[in-house]
Amino acid sequence: MNSVNVSRRLPVMICIIMALMLAIVPMPALASPYRPDWVALTLIYWSISMPRTYSVGTAWLVGIVLDVAHGTLLGQHALALAFITYLTARFHLQLRVFPLLQMTATVFALLSIYQFILFWINGIAGTYADTAAYWGPVVSGTLLWPLIQYVFSGIRYRLTRSA
Amino acid sequence: MVADSTDSEHRSTKSPALGLRFLVLAALSIVLLVVDHRENHLDAVRKVIGATVYPLRILVDAPVSSWRWVRENTAGRNDLLLEISRLNAERLLTHARLQRFTALESENARLRAMLDATAKVRDQVQVAEIMSVSSNPFRHIVVIDKGSRDGVYNGQAMIDADGVVGQVIEAGLLLSNGVLISDPDHALPVQVNRNGLRTIAVGSGEFDHLDLPFLPNNADIEEGDLLVTSGLGGAFPPGYPVGVVDSVTRVPQEPFADVTATPAARLNQVREIMLIRTALEAPGVEAGDDVDAEEAPEPGTAPAARPEQPEAEPGGDAEAEPGGEVENE
Repeated sequence: MNSVNVSRRLPVMICIIMALMLAIVPMPALASPYRPDWVALTLIYWSISMPRTYSVGTAWLVGIVLDVAHGTLLGQHALALAFITYLTARFHLQLRVFPLLQMTATVFALLSIYQFILFWINGIAGTYADTAAYWGPVVSGTLLWPLIQYVFSGIRYRLTRSA
Repeated sequence: MVADSTDSEHRSTKSPALGLRFLVLAALSIVLLVVDHRENHLDAVRKVIGATVYPLRILVDAPVSSWRWVRENTAGRNDLLLEISRLNAERLLTHARLQRFTALESENARLRAMLDATAKVRDQVQVAEIMSVSSNPFRHIVVIDKGSRDGVYNGQAMIDADGVVGQVIEAGLLLSNGVLISDPDHALPVQVNRNGLRTIAVGSGEFDHLDLPFLPNNADIEEGDLLVTSGLGGAFPPGYPVGVVDSVTRVPQEPFADVTATPAARLNQVREIMLIRTALEAPGVEAGDDVDAEEAPEPGTAPAARPEQPEAEPGGDAEAEPGGEVENE
């Protein structure tokens, strides 16, 4: 039972760690405003497909690590990630049957909410940032969603078949 | 998307605790946010979690640093010879400049002794590297590869060969975060080198300019003026170049002139930086938390102890062993 759990969890953990790494990989100055929210996208996918294993708790912990990695206020990304995974885990049954286009639109909405929470906390804490800086990741993340869903469903297919 | 049967079968469709769990975590986040914003109580927590982020940062930095290592190790003989001759030329130049500087410094020390002036600053310099890890997207924060284990402390000034880069804001055990002077939340006390006019240079959020928002319209400042640190804030030692004023716009009906400056340091290209540790030689005055009190000569004997050999100049030592501590007097 335990080894089954490990073999089921390990690939997802690796996905999350890869997402955290992509979040701190340096990018050219022109492209960095469009850095997709890799962590948010990963958590959206896995909280829809395995909401019992990965939901608000995982998202919150990953968010705290992201806060430390980014040097933002502790709890900022944690709150934003916990909120969007709450939404996806709460409505995972509806979201699973969405066709790709509709799902992409939903991801757009989720990423907008995510950025809005970051924007809101930045505003309260007095961290100034250009409003346009919040839209870049939303746009690039939405455009990347079909690819991410394709890659992750491949991983998940293997996971469920091996389990 | 296909339903994951193994995950949701033999359990209820909706976890009743989901909403509750979210509320608890949200409340916890808000408490953390408030505590973190108000106080620095969470530095220890950050350090612990920072240790878990450390391997990630190393992994991310690995391709870049290994590529540099490969390039350095496979550099051709000609390239190396060129580099050596370039460095030699540079060293001669610095040497020549330093000879004048030594004379000036001893004169300065003598004058200060006559005036009974205190606060002669000795700076210790430690070389560190900015890691290829990008950080907070909303701010200009860099990760440097030295931490509190190497003696880095919060508030330590970072400079490069051309000028002030920023300061350490979060000294972790092995890595630290530093804020650049171009960060919109960063303000730096400066003075105009030409006439000693003091003001504040505020980051603009862009790497290539700083704002000087608090200069009145009649302030004596012009394009091309060199700004140096004034040392008033306590964090930065005085006299390091910050930038050059590039535009002065005076609008008569506005209370303040619109002045911007170009940073002297290449903030978005710099990779090697120097961390300055300041020690004030004045009796009873201590700056920073890590002062080498025993190394500072007594104020009375300072002029006599001053004349030093040019061989002990900072440049030579720094190139010999980067990462080691170098005295830069």
